[in-house]
Amino acid sequence: MTTIETPVKPSIKGALNDYWSRIRSGDIGSLAAILGLVVLCAVFTVMSPTFLTPINFANLLTQAAAVIVIAMGLIFVLLLGDIDLSAGYASGVCGAVMTILVTNHGWPWYAAFALSVVIGVALGTSIGWLVAYLGIPSFVVTLAAFLGFQGLLLLLAGEGGTITMTQKTVLKIENSNISVTNSWIFFVVCAVLYVLSGLRKMQLRRKEGLKVELFQLWALKTGSLLALCAFAVYVLNKERSNNPQLISLKGTPYIVPVILFILVVGTFFLQRTAFGRHLYAVGGNAEAARRAGINVKRVRTMAFVICSGMAAVAGLIFASRQNSISPTTGGSSTLLYAVGAAVIGGTSLFGGKGKLRDAILGGLVVSVIDNGMGLLGYAAGIKYIVTGFVLLISAGVDAISRKGSV
Amino acid sequence: MTEAILSLRGINKSFGAVHVLRGVDFDVYPGQVTALVGDNGAGKSTLIKCIAGIYEIDHGDYIFEGNKVSVSGPRDATALGIEIVYQDLALCDNLDIVHNMYLGREVKKGVTLNEAEMEISARKTLDSLSVRTVKSIRQTVASLSGGQRQTVAIARAVLWNNKVVVLDEPTAALGVSQTEQVLNLVRRLADNGIAVVLISHNLSDVFEVADNISAMYLGQMAAQVKKKDVTTNQVIELITTGKSAGVTPVGAR
Repeated sequence: MTTIETPVKPSIKGALNDYWSRIRSGDIGSLAAILGLVVLCAVFTVMSPTFLTPINFANLLTQAAAVIVIAMGLIFVLLLGDIDLSAGYASGVCGAVMTILVTNHGWPWYAAFALSVVIGVALGTSIGWLVAYLGIPSFVVTLAAFLGFQGLLLLLAGEGGTITMTQKTVLKIENSNISVTNSWIFFVVCAVLYVLSGLRKMQLRRKEGLKVELFQLWALKTGSLLALCAFAVYVLNKERSNNPQLISLKGTPYIVPVILFILVVGTFFLQRTAFGRHLYAVGGNAEAARRAGINVKRVRTMAFVICSGMAAVAGLIFASRQNSISPTTGGSSTLLYAVGAAVIGGTSLFGGKGKLRDAILGGLVVSVIDNGMGLLGYAAGIKYIVTGFVLLISAGVDAISRKGSV
Repeated sequence: MTEAILSLRGINKSFGAVHVLRGVDFDVYPGQVTALVGDNGAGKSTLIKCIAGIYEIDHGDYIFEGNKVSVSGPRDATALGIEIVYQDLALCDNLDIVHNMYLGREVKKGVTLNEAEMEISARKTLDSLSVRTVKSIRQTVASLSGGQRQTVAIARAVLWNNKVVVLDEPTAALGVSQTEQVLNLVRRLADNGIAVVLISHNLSDVFEVADNISAMYLGQMAAQVKKKDVTTNQVIELITTGKSAGVTPVGAR
């Protein structure tokens, strides 16, 4: 039997060549975000003495969290080449519902949170239905929803304008840390699981006689990722309180495992299940997907459902971070930051290309700009303009790379 | 002569007042390439869409493996083992070859996709068609040439053990050497026992690979002939005028 794989012996050089040709053909993936992150961090470190301090690093993560979660939901919609402009206010509405139930009606937080997710799913279902079955462009439907949800949030927040959140568990998510020892245990468990799953995948492929990624390359990638994470845990475990005798601040914020959990579950969904595959297929060529027997309308609706459902999770994070929900929660720049995060991370606005981790990388870039420029004392106006430019540049790179590959 | 696997008898199809197919007979044989030729508007595409179940036949018989069947949707045709490879390919550029070949029919292990099994049988299928032009079956379709894409689209049709594969202008957009590759592939499909229908405007392609030629003219089947019985000029006459000296029209047979 002949084999179609050309018998090229795998080598580091070959892998690098492949990667380089992928980049040249416009498939830059997350490279831009990683480079951007490095450059931005270097610049801000030089310019501001407070930027690279443990307390600011922890701040960065908690600041970015809500935007990252909204961006992760948005990626499902962006993969189809659609957009959801309402995700920001959807998170506000869901957060408001949860906060009202907990604060005014004394619901347990998990029940209130579960109901807010159900509401998010319902909002997403209506948007998805209007887009997929009625055929209204997603831009228009979600622009209408953006206004509608904003109004809904105003009504929910009512006269007082702000609903405070005092429930301890909810506040913990954004304001408390895992203890130093537990942070390290958590890191080691995650690292071991990650390495084992990588090894198992390779072993399975080798057993089936399939082409396997070069071991050295895998080890290099895994090693550097884990080293980076270990360093992050190390920094987070340092004392970052100004007055340690009064109150001690150290350890990994609870939000980090929350986001990791969403990342793992979502990535599994996107990369390993038929639904995820269909999502990519519809984004790549909806007609081909339809002819292949995929229920395109159902896939499209599901994407909006997931997006709004994730927005409800972001609502919980907002409530925790702001200790309250106000009529501007999830408003102003939230949504655009989330879209920016996804696009900067490497997700295409044209659909069919993107990974969930893009949200984290891009979210960190956006957050670093916001945080760093704030530290340098720039006005909010300048921050918006710079972030706008970064978004424009990433969208431009996306558009050019698309041209290059066709 | 072998029994036809698919026979259409007296097919009629109208769109409102426009009578597009008028009593068309069409036969397809296993292990042979049947070329469907005709000028633009002769009804080739409509006929194919009737076979694929996209259009429902107004009246006429759809006979598959000797039995009269009713095909009222694409799923019915797929269930019979009929696959159409359309001109615009219907591949997803952003997915790799394996994903495209299994699109919509993924092999699963529990809830997860069984990538290993899909990769192995995708490779087997390509091997069985002696496809050697593809470097890695894990590369995205976007990085393939036109001929390679056509190859993947055809291989996908084969993967599912289809009995009838209809190729809509598979060489229309290809260069010389790629056309050659695809025509070789078409030939191998037939040699593997599949009934192949080849729609083409290019008569030199048709004469290179076809066993039978069916020429349509203004919504009717002008003639169904064996390639060896006709010349290029006779086929051109059939396409342009609907008849040709020395060729027996179907009705008279």
